[in-house]
Amino acid sequence: MKKVAVVGYGNTKFSKNELSIESLLLESTKQVFDTTKNLSQDLIDGVIVSTNDNSKYLGAILSELSGIKPKISHTVEHLCSSGSSAVISGFSYIASGLANTVLVTGADKIGNPGQILEWDKSRGEYNHPIYWASMFTKAHKRQFDTTDEELAIVSAKNHKQAIDNPNAYSHKPYTISEIMNSENITDDLRILDCSYLCSGSSSILLTSEENAKKFTDEPIWITGIGQKTNSASFTKNELTTSSSTVTAANNAYKMAKINPQEIDTAEIHDAFSVCELMAVEDLSLTEKNTGASYIRNLFNTENRKINPRGGLIGAGHPLGATGISQIVEVTQQLQNMAKKRQIPNVKKGLVHNMSAASTSSTVLILES
Amino acid sequence: MNKFETELKAGNFITSECIHCNKIIWPPSDYCDNCFGKVIWRKVSPNGKLIEWSKKDNDILCIAEFENSIRVIGKLDSKNVMPKPGQLIKFVKSTFNDKPGFFFVQD
Repeated sequence: MKKVAVVGYGNTKFSKNELSIESLLLESTKQVFDTTKNLSQDLIDGVIVSTNDNSKYLGAILSELSGIKPKISHTVEHLCSSGSSAVISGFSYIASGLANTVLVTGADKIGNPGQILEWDKSRGEYNHPIYWASMFTKAHKRQFDTTDEELAIVSAKNHKQAIDNPNAYSHKPYTISEIMNSENITDDLRILDCSYLCSGSSSILLTSEENAKKFTDEPIWITGIGQKTNSASFTKNELTTSSSTVTAANNAYKMAKINPQEIDTAEIHDAFSVCELMAVEDLSLTEKNTGASYIRNLFNTENRKINPRGGLIGAGHPLGATGISQIVEVTQQLQNMAKKRQIPNVKKGLVHNMSAASTSSTVLILES
Repeated sequence: MNKFETELKAGNFITSECIHCNKIIWPPSDYCDNCFGKVIWRKVSPNGKLIEWSKKDNDILCIAEFENSIRVIGKLDSKNVMPKPGQLIKFVKSTFNDKPGFFFVQD
């Protein structure tokens, strides 16, 4: 299996703007061409789009708009983890030798249809994600005595970290008190505990080891991949742990031949505050039942290790772009290019992206 | 609408089951997820267990489990008593207007 590196990237600002999906895809793709040395269209032989948009044939459309005539081109949809799933496809084409250099671009519009899985009739009339998030939160409070303040700290931390991310949807800091007193969506969920749907696009350029140095002096290697899908229906889930995340993480660590204590930074799928508390435990970044104290300590010491770009809560959640944007952040951290967000001495980073109440999870390990 | 949705609209909460594997097939499907044989359709027992709950405005919503395998989210008439996970509940009504509605009472 060939080694695969991230050698270029682009990111639009995440916003409420009503742009077309094609314009969004092109915007972050253009940035890849603007910022990657020696890149020309003829060097790209794979174009993969990730989105929940209903438009068709977007892989070919983005290729045409970008002047690329790839050998392989298609769209990947896997709800909220479409982006990381598309990256796994791109990785696989290069690792197997089917392609040399693959552009992976994800985008969604603010009103995209990806947050409701209509097929899942077991959710009854409560098919919006706020309802599974309410159940997760209530169960977490019950099992671990998690407080509203501990949940609010996740949001306060991620909003604060998003201020230094020029592409984030939100640049507004919130106090713990403001978050705890923000509008109740349900008895267990406040509006500031939720990530925002928004418009946005992110791209990465992947290539094989023999081509990597042509495009960048600092290629970032994808050394571990784990993905697990347990079901599509939310109601088969456990409520206080994500077994798909546990399995995906274990497989990614095993592939990368590292242990969780070696991770210097992690982009985590905080669709709601409770998800971050669950994920840091399920990824073995801290022990079970210590997620809240772990995050509180990071917040109190201004340690950006978890979600340095602001997570989904601070940066926004344009579904098809999210997983790719997470990879861009970890790549920048590993290249020491994250500016005000830079964490010192980052050697190994993790990306955690999940779908539909964690029925499916993806974990990637990246290394410099 | 498929069979499951049509029956929900008529007030019947049904599930698919594989007689060959002696297994409830949930979510409902035309074929067994183990042997891929044809399923039969039957009513779900109305006696269930509350798994978790929350509240939206004045409505209590909960995850209810039936026959140790079928979980759905529906509206609970708690009769002004605080719900508790593990307590017995009863399915009383279903609807289908674009999306399903499940209604329970405390047993």
